[in-house]
Amino acid sequence: MNTLIFLIPIALFLGALGLGAFLWSMKTGQYDDLEGAAWRILDDDDDRPKPD
Amino acid sequence: MSCCAAGTESAAELQALETQAPSAEEMWLSSRSLGKGLRQVDLIVPGVHCGACIALLEKELPRIKGVDHARVNLSTRRVSVVFADGVARGEAAAGTQPAAARDASTETLLTALGDRLLALGYPAHLPGGADETSDPAMRELLKALAVAGFASMNVMLLSVSVWSGADAATRDLFHWISALIAAPALVYSGRVFFRSAWSALRHGRANMDVPISLGVGLAYAISLHETITHGDHAYFDASVTLLFFLLAGRTLDHMMREKARSAVRNLVRLSPRGAMVIRDDGAREYLALEEIEPGMRLAIAPGDRIPVDGRVVSGCSDMDFAVVNGESAPQLVEAGSLAPAGTLNLTGPLVLEAVRDARNSFLAEMVAMMEAAESGRAGYRRIADRASAIYAPAVHLLALGTFIGWMVVSGDWRMAMLTAVAVLIITCPCALGLAVPVVQVIAAGRLFENGVMVKDGSAMERLAQADHVVFDKTGTLTRGTPVLINAEAVTADHLRLAARIARASRHPLSQALAGFDAVNAELPEFRIRETPGEGVEAVSPSGDVYRLGRAGFALDESEQGAERAADASQVVLSKNGAFLDIFLFSDQLRRGAVQAVTRLSSLGLDAEILSGDREAPVRALANELGVTAYVAGVRPRGKVDRIKALTAAGGKPLMVGDGLNDAPALSAAHVSMAPASAADVGRMAADFVFLHDSLEAVPLAVEVSRKAGSLIRQNFGLAVAYNCVAVPAAVLGHATPLIAALAMSSSSILVVLNSLRLRRKTRIEAFAKPAAARPATPDKEARRLEAAA
Repeated sequence: MNTLIFLIPIALFLGALGLGAFLWSMKTGQYDDLEGAAWRILDDDDDRPKPD
Repeated sequence: MSCCAAGTESAAELQALETQAPSAEEMWLSSRSLGKGLRQVDLIVPGVHCGACIALLEKELPRIKGVDHARVNLSTRRVSVVFADGVARGEAAAGTQPAAARDASTETLLTALGDRLLALGYPAHLPGGADETSDPAMRELLKALAVAGFASMNVMLLSVSVWSGADAATRDLFHWISALIAAPALVYSGRVFFRSAWSALRHGRANMDVPISLGVGLAYAISLHETITHGDHAYFDASVTLLFFLLAGRTLDHMMREKARSAVRNLVRLSPRGAMVIRDDGAREYLALEEIEPGMRLAIAPGDRIPVDGRVVSGCSDMDFAVVNGESAPQLVEAGSLAPAGTLNLTGPLVLEAVRDARNSFLAEMVAMMEAAESGRAGYRRIADRASAIYAPAVHLLALGTFIGWMVVSGDWRMAMLTAVAVLIITCPCALGLAVPVVQVIAAGRLFENGVMVKDGSAMERLAQADHVVFDKTGTLTRGTPVLINAEAVTADHLRLAARIARASRHPLSQALAGFDAVNAELPEFRIRETPGEGVEAVSPSGDVYRLGRAGFALDESEQGAERAADASQVVLSKNGAFLDIFLFSDQLRRGAVQAVTRLSSLGLDAEILSGDREAPVRALANELGVTAYVAGVRPRGKVDRIKALTAAGGKPLMVGDGLNDAPALSAAHVSMAPASAADVGRMAADFVFLHDSLEAVPLAVEVSRKAGSLIRQNFGLAVAYNCVAVPAAVLGHATPLIAALAMSSSSILVVLNSLRLRRKTRIEAFAKPAAARPATPDKEARRLEAAA
C-alpha cells in the first residue's frame, strides 16, 4: 500500500507528460509538413561558390 | 517522396497549370491579414518535390521587394508567402475596407510574385474552394483521441491490478482513482458523440452515437454507484477504452469524408466579369456581365472568353469550343455563327450581337445542370449509416429487454442495471465503427500508390456497385492533343522552319508544331501575319513568302490536289505558293485504353462512348477499342440525359470524362472518374482522379473498390458473429468487467487485422511507374536561375 502512494502519481505524471507533449506538438504544427522536414535537415544553408 | 519516386504529379497536371498564373486581384482576395502590417497568401505549387525546391523557393521569393518570408510545405505542395501590406499604416486611420485598401505597390508585389514563381519553373495557383489545410474538426478529433488514449491506458493499468485480485481497500482506492481519471476524459473526448447523439434525438432520430453515448454514460454512472457502495463491478475501463476505439474509427472516417465540392463555383469563373460593348454611335464602354442585354454588340479580342451567348456580326476567328463539345480542335466561326458563353476566342477579333442575357446563357445552364445533378447524388446513403439505422434500435431494445427481464426474474434493480449496462457495452458498435473506415483508408492508400486519388469514402462503395461505364472520347480515351505523326518523313529543315512560324499562332496544330522549334536554329526574322481559319503567312527579309496552313491557303491553284491522308488533320508548308512539305497530325489513343476496356468488360462493366466529336472519328475509335455502343455529336445536356436514362433503367453508371462539357455528366453519374489532365471543373466534379497517363487505372480502381466492399462485408460478418456469441452471455449475466473489456478489444483488433489483408497484396502496378522520362525541367531551370542570380 505504501509504495502505491508514490507509484501511482508517478505513473499518472509520466502519462500526462506524454499527453502534454503530443498536444503541444499538434498545437505548434509539428505534423503539418512531414515530408519537408526530412529534406530540410539535409540543407545546411552554407552552399556558396568555392573561393578561388 | 523523393524526386525519383513514382511521382504523384504528372507532367500533364503540371502542364495544365502552366498556362495561367493567378492575377494579383485574386491573390489579394485569398490572402489574409496577420496583423502588424503583414498579410499571408497560400499558393499551391505542384512542382515542388524535393529539398532543392524548398531551399530555392524560400531563398528566391523573399528577394521580391516587400515579401517578408516564404515557407514551403512539401506534404501539401503549398507555399505560404508573408508580405508587407503597403497601406496597413494608412488603413488604420481611413477605416476598415480591406478590399479597397490595396494600393499599387501591393499589386506590383503580387504580380511580381506570380511572375517569379513562373520564371523559377514553379507555376502556382490558388487553392480552390474551402481551405483544406486547417481542418478544425480533425484537430479536435485527434486531441480527443489523445486524451481518451491517455485515460484508457491508466484506467486499464489500475483495472488489471483489480482483476488480478487486489484486496478490498486497494480495490476501492483504485476504483476512485479510475473514476477521477475517467470523468474528465469522458467529458472531453465524449463530446463528439454526445453532441451528435443529442442533435439526432432532438430530431426524433437514432444514429450510431445514441447507443454509444448511452452505453458510455450509463456505464460510468453505474460504476460510480458501485464504487460508492464498495461493490466490485466497475466499468470505468470499458467506458474509456470504448471511447478510444470509437474515436479511432471516427478519426479515420473523417479522413475519408468528402471534401467540399466547389466545381460549380469554378465554372462560374469561366465567364468573364464583363465585356466591351459597342454603342450605336461607335463609342466603346466596358459593362458588367449583368448589364449586358440581348441585342447589344460586343467586341471580343483574341484570347477572350465569350461572356454571353451571341451571334457573330463581323469578323472571323478560330474558336475553342471545348466547353461545348470537349474537342481541342478549334472551329472556324464567321458572321452568322453562334458562339455560346464560356467558349474561347483564339485567333481573330470578333464583333458579337448578344442573343441572350447572362442569366440564360449556355454557361448558366451548365451551372444549373450541375447543381441539380449533385443534389440528386446526395441521396446515396453510406453503408455504415444503413447498418447503424438497423443496429441502434436493436441494441436499445435488447438492453431494455434485459433490464426488464432481470427486474421480473430477480427484482434486484442493481443487478438488472449492471447486466443491462454489460449488454450495452458488449454490443457497442466498436467493431462496427471500425469496420468501414479502416478498410476505406487502406484501400485509398493502395489506390494512391497506384496514382488514383479518392475524393471520399462513399465513392468506393458506389464504384463497387457500378455495372456500366461511359467514356468521353477526346482527352479521356485519347490524349486530347494533336501529335505530329510524320516527323521522320518530313525534311528536318522544313520542320524547323514550320516550327518557327507556328510559334506565333495559338492554334493547337501550330502549338504541336512549335514544340519542334530549336532556339539556336539559324532562321531569318519573319514578319508574321495570321489569317483566322486559314493559316499563318511569314515573309522573310529577302521577300520570300512562306505559308503554313490549309492546302487551299498555302498553295497556288496549280499545286492543289495534294490531299494525302483524309483522316488525319494536316498542315501544308509552302514557299511562294509552291509545295514544300506536309505535316500530319493525329490524336493518339491514351495508354492502356484497349487493355482497360477489355479488363472492364471481364469485370462485368459494359463500355459505351459518348462524344461531342463528329461521327467518323468516334466510329473509328469505337472499332479500335471493340466497343459497340457509341453516340457522337452529344451536347453536355445529352450526356446528362443518357446517364439519367441508364440510372432510370436501374443501372449504376460510372462516368469517365475530362472536359468541361463532361462536368454535368460526371456529377450526375452514380460514380465518376477524371484524369489529372482534366479541366479544373471536371476534376472537382469527379469522385476519383487518376494521376498517371494510363487508363488502366479505371479497372484497377474498380477491382480495389470491390475488394474493399467484400472486406467491409466480412468485417460486418465478424462483428455480428462476435455479437451472437457475446450477447447471450451478457444477457444471462455472465459478463464481468474483465470479460467485457477482453471481448470488446479483441473484436476490434480482429476487424483491423482483417482489413489489413488488403494492404498485404499491395504492389505498384506497372502502368503507374513513371513513363519514360518525366521532365525534370523545374529543377534544372531553377538551378540555372540560381547560378545566374
